[in-house]
Amino acid sequence: MALYSEKVMDHFRNPRNVGIIENADGVGEVGNAKCGDIMKIYLKIDGDIITDVKFETFGCGSAIASSSMATELIKGKPLSEALELTNKAVAEALDGLPAYKMHCSVLAESAIKKAILDYYKKNGRPYDESLFADIDD
Amino acid sequence: MIYLDNAATMRTSEVAIDAMMPYMRTIYGNPSSLHSAGQQANEALFSAREKLAALIGATFKEVYFTSGGSESDNQAIISAARIGARKGKKHIISTKIEHHAVLHTLEKLKNNGFEITLLDVGESGIVSVEDVKNAIRDDTILVSVMYANNEIGTVQPIAEIGKICREKGVLFHTDAVQAVGHLKIDVQTDNIDLMSISAHKFGGPKGVGALYARKGVLLTSLIEGGAQENNKRAGTENLPAIVGMVAALEKSLDDLDRKNAYLKKLRDMLIDGILEIPHSALNGDREKRLSNNASFCFEAIEGESLLLLLSDKGICASSGSACTSGSLDPSHVLLAIGRVHDVAHGSLRLTLSVDNTMEEVEYVIAQVKWVVEYLRNMSPVWRDLVEGKRQFIL
Ligand SMILES: Cc1ncc(COP(=O)(O)O)c(C=O)c1O
Ligand SMILES: [Zn+2]
Repeated sequence: MALYSEKVMDHFRNPRNVGIIENADGVGEVGNAKCGDIMKIYLKIDGDIITDVKFETFGCGSAIASSSMATELIKGKPLSEALELTNKAVAEALDGLPAYKMHCSVLAESAIKKAILDYYKKNGRPYDESLFADIDD
Repeated sequence: MIYLDNAATMRTSEVAIDAMMPYMRTIYGNPSSLHSAGQQANEALFSAREKLAALIGATFKEVYFTSGGSESDNQAIISAARIGARKGKKHIISTKIEHHAVLHTLEKLKNNGFEITLLDVGESGIVSVEDVKNAIRDDTILVSVMYANNEIGTVQPIAEIGKICREKGVLFHTDAVQAVGHLKIDVQTDNIDLMSISAHKFGGPKGVGALYARKGVLLTSLIEGGAQENNKRAGTENLPAIVGMVAALEKSLDDLDRKNAYLKKLRDMLIDGILEIPHSALNGDREKRLSNNASFCFEAIEGESLLLLLSDKGICASSGSACTSGSLDPSHVLLAIGRVHDVAHGSLRLTLSVDNTMEEVEYVIAQVKWVVEYLRNMSPVWRDLVEGKRQFIL
């Protein structure tokens, strides 16, 4: 059996939304080089809609594919929907990840939450703290 | 396909395949059987043992066939530990860069009251003879130092360590899995008491190897059953594989200097070409390394992505990154030579064989350069480095 699904390999080989957004409305970076995966998400937000999203990732195949898939899943979506994105949903959209690679998809979920939190804070918007309980910044 | 993972395993040589076939088709008897078919097989087994012994400077009684490097490592260390326990000597010296077959066996002994000293190797990836000497105590039973490292290719000062061990009356084991068939080895001149050999690292079949145990070094059997291998390793001998292993070893030692000169030329091309990549480094000593090993670290990228993209370009390589191993820690060997986690994740090992060509090497250099740059361009770590928000390590 191949290590990764066709979907994972497709997103790894042709990652969507790679890059940065100058003057992004929200930026979130999670992970550290020590453990081998770092993900950074940039958001452009208009009203409550994510109008653009970009990512940069240092990491393995599943980290890059998860970033790519996660950005696809939240692009054009309202913030409330983006906040509901789980790492499980990212992994499922990729037709699954090997069990020991699930932590790489967790980073995608956390990076998005962190970028949204950054947007709320920068703009003095009220937010439900419980949604960000596991995000440290 | 360009295969540059010969330290993982090699193509089985044609010579080995040809040598093996008759032992499946016609001479298929059990070497333990008394009838003519068995006796024919038994003669072949004896002859293989004699040949292998001669190729390493041993005598046939000192060669035990096993299932490969891991089993040989386990049996060598367990046997030495048993000898030590009887004498009340429960201290073993080894290094931080050994293969897991050695390290995990030592770990197990630790739970049985053995004290294990794992020596540092420093940035060069080579253990110091002085350190070995200084670590030997009255209760030391065994020194186990690999001949050549499987990740970074560094060749250890085995003859010097062997001499010291012999002088001090300490058993000396070397895991020579990466060295046999690649270097000229003589267990007498190197003063080796126990040596592990694995066939598939020199063009023999997989799942077969040997353990050299100097006369007088009592082995403990790990597998109980029949009386094969002088009662030290039960189970019907894998005669086709054993014959294939010996044929492969004869072949690989034939004209060795010329082959190593060729490999060195390719290796040095790889090293010089790839080190043109900014913020990259060679792992292990530049000179005291196997002729076929080139190992690197690159700043700000991760090894698994590198391997997958190289594989898309038809290049088979390997890495010591955590994400290729299923653990969170990068290779213990890279950490031992002082590569911090951040850069140890971005490692690449290219190991050549004489099948490789200059054209392949040129192509590989170009592709590695391209892939490293591609991955750096999507790496937030690289951006931070370039923008001065983070310090370069390499
Ligand atoms: C240095 C070293 N020791 C031991 C082994 C294990 O050998 P085998 O695969 O034959 O069990 C290997 C192979 O990966 C090795 O490189
Ligand atoms: Zn990963």
